[in-house]
Amino acid sequence: MLTGDPAGGARGSSPGASTEVTAGDLRGQVREFLAAHDPAQPDRLEFLRARFDAGLAWVHYPAGLGGQGLSRSLQPVVDDEFAAAGAPGNRPERNGIGLGMAAPTILAYGSAEQEERWLRPLWTGEEVWCQLFSEPGAGSDLAGLATRAVRDGDDWVVNGQKVWTSSAHIASRALLVTRTDPAVPKHKGMTYFAVDMRAPGVEVRPLRQITGEAEFNEVFLTDVRIPDADRIGEVGQGWQVSNATLMNERVSIGGGAAAREGGMIGQAARTWREHPELRTPGLHDRILRLWTEAEVARLAGSRLRQQLAVGQPGPEGSAAKLVFARLNQDITEFEVELAGADGLRYADWSLRRPETTNFYGRESGYRFLRSKGNSIEGGTSEILRNIIAERVLGLPTEVRVDKDVPWKDLPR
Amino acid sequence: MSQATQTPPSATPPGQSAGPAAGPDLLYGEDETDLRGAVRSLLEDRAQWRDVLARTETGQTYDTGLWRTLAAEVGCAGLLVPESQGGAGASYREAAVVAEELGRAAAAVPFLGSAVVATTALLAAGHDELLAEVASGMVTAALAVPFAVGGFATAPFATGSGSRQVPTVRLDGGGAGDAAGTYRLTGSVAGVADALTADVLLVPADGVPYGLYAVRADEARMTRTPVVSLDMTRQLCDLTLDNVPARRVAVGDGAAQAVAAALTAGAGILASEQLGIADRCLELTVAYVKERRQFARPIGSFQAIKHRLADLWVAVIQARAAARYAANCLATGDPDTLVAVALAKATCSDVAVKAGQETVQLHGGIGFTWEHPAHLYLKRAKADSIGFGTADAHRASLAELADLPPAGADGA
Repeated sequence: MLTGDPAGGARGSSPGASTEVTAGDLRGQVREFLAAHDPAQPDRLEFLRARFDAGLAWVHYPAGLGGQGLSRSLQPVVDDEFAAAGAPGNRPERNGIGLGMAAPTILAYGSAEQEERWLRPLWTGEEVWCQLFSEPGAGSDLAGLATRAVRDGDDWVVNGQKVWTSSAHIASRALLVTRTDPAVPKHKGMTYFAVDMRAPGVEVRPLRQITGEAEFNEVFLTDVRIPDADRIGEVGQGWQVSNATLMNERVSIGGGAAAREGGMIGQAARTWREHPELRTPGLHDRILRLWTEAEVARLAGSRLRQQLAVGQPGPEGSAAKLVFARLNQDITEFEVELAGADGLRYADWSLRRPETTNFYGRESGYRFLRSKGNSIEGGTSEILRNIIAERVLGLPTEVRVDKDVPWKDLPR
Repeated sequence: MSQATQTPPSATPPGQSAGPAAGPDLLYGEDETDLRGAVRSLLEDRAQWRDVLARTETGQTYDTGLWRTLAAEVGCAGLLVPESQGGAGASYREAAVVAEELGRAAAAVPFLGSAVVATTALLAAGHDELLAEVASGMVTAALAVPFAVGGFATAPFATGSGSRQVPTVRLDGGGAGDAAGTYRLTGSVAGVADALTADVLLVPADGVPYGLYAVRADEARMTRTPVVSLDMTRQLCDLTLDNVPARRVAVGDGAAQAVAAALTAGAGILASEQLGIADRCLELTVAYVKERRQFARPIGSFQAIKHRLADLWVAVIQARAAARYAANCLATGDPDTLVAVALAKATCSDVAVKAGQETVQLHGGIGFTWEHPAHLYLKRAKADSIGFGTADAHRASLAELADLPPAGADGA
């Protein structure tokens, strides 16, 4: 997760509502709020909770849930006004999965009681969320997952292993998808929950990656009890709920970078300008190509946001993630080569446990290695191409051998 | 994949301002969409690919009848010209939409040469009389520069040295006009686009000082020799002038600026034509692979084909963002126009050629035949990629514009 934009926000804004509240009105609301709540007060959580209750957290969310049902395009107005007053923020970079994926999923499929219970602490950052989806045997084929949830009175009892879980070591809640009916085809026997990461039986172990650090974790679930009140969506509806989460993940990962040279290309361009001695004709051609592609990708991102803001549903979101992954890899590969002798040095291979993913402020070698994950996490580039081909271009699906067979009878 | 949570409610009608943080408008406005509809229905009626193909093998490769309708009745000739000067009072944004449609049809009309390039030169030069005639569609004009114009790399579109490389025609008689204001020009220009059916040629000529001159196409001492062109939907011609009478349109810096503005606009709007070609190629190919069956299944169900088309779709999305940005910058006189045009021409050149090539390959044998439109698009795309600056030339412009100097610069 690289951005903390609450990317869901599908429901809640009623058509026409946004024409009634202007940017000026919102600025006025923020100023009134600030007059009543000192942004310098020591208890930042109290301030953030009050901001949520005033409908000034995410303005495109429904009234009563931190928003006012407005257009998402008005959010920067509010954020800028709070930032200018020096008000404490909700540290979105620590809770990207919560804000970008859990919140829109809860809004789409959660009950009113769940929305009430979870969204406020999620937005304030009191509760960091993570995502328990992938398993050792279920990566691209997520619907093949094997973690079992069995009903026991008012609870479900869960056993299994999850993997590639970023933020699990700081999270207090997780989105969890499980197998509840092995006797039906795989897409039909899944159920979705929110699980308390501090519940007995939840064990988090660091998973070290090629950069040397451990952003991700393995999570072992042993007889973990989840109250049925924490089920999201219907029993057997887990696949649909998961897809809502994943679509938001791809939008989140592909978003970002608003200014020219604001992304990864900025580092490469600065190095190019500052080090004439590193330049060669071949590298010059490459940086011009990369700069062009990065700038055009940025424009495509702006165009996507404009489409969303005026309500033109754009499937371009999945293109953004593909381009982002390829560009990050191409740019960082270039950077290491440009660095020459310095490209052979690496700052630190020791096992560290970062709370956020930050590409910047590290050497090019780190960026080179970390960006290799961009075409794997949140849906591999190959799976995304299948999705574009089948859902956007309408091409026929692959011949499938696993769709109509009960999950328990599939070879594995 | 559930799309339900991805569709934000419509807050603003499409084409309206996308909100405070939106930046340059990269969408299509309502008027632009209406204009597109009018042009598309005319082209569907009068420029089916079989008509386009048949015309390339006649002695009259430009469709002057279609051009008259498009220019005068639909009003495309005067899009860039203010109403007070006899035009339609639209902008480069609308011209770009027309160019997209002409690219989609590979239509053989001199829109780019007359209504964009020559018109931009006349607007910059302030030549109201000729401008009104061209805007009305009664007179078709062309700028007498090679379609493969150089000078982009070393001094991109700049006044002065860049455009001074253009003229290969000189002023006779020491540069003085006669008492009636008639000058005499001698020289030749090779490979001019949209000039075969022009009524007036705008000829940049060296003399003391540099100037831009209008020459009537029916002058006896001027010859236009048709070139057997790679792209016969935009047939080139070689011009020879032998002491041909001419009127002066602009002189000195004014002339240099008019030519530079015309070339910039030509490159920027050609990018939208390339977008149209790519868009149409993708559409044709997606439709074909859904129908074509081999191995008892539609070939579009094979991943080898799906992934290529997904990548092409992504490329078209990038091209659209770049082309819209260039059109918007041209329309608003944005200071970033030179960067925008270079980005768009570099990007769309590569994408259109790629789309043409994929169309041939994914159609298999039929795509290699004269009886299929693929070759019309491939040839137009390849010729367009050279017209008004290659992708490489435009990236070289960006080296200067974006401060990414080549090896050996900065005293290294």
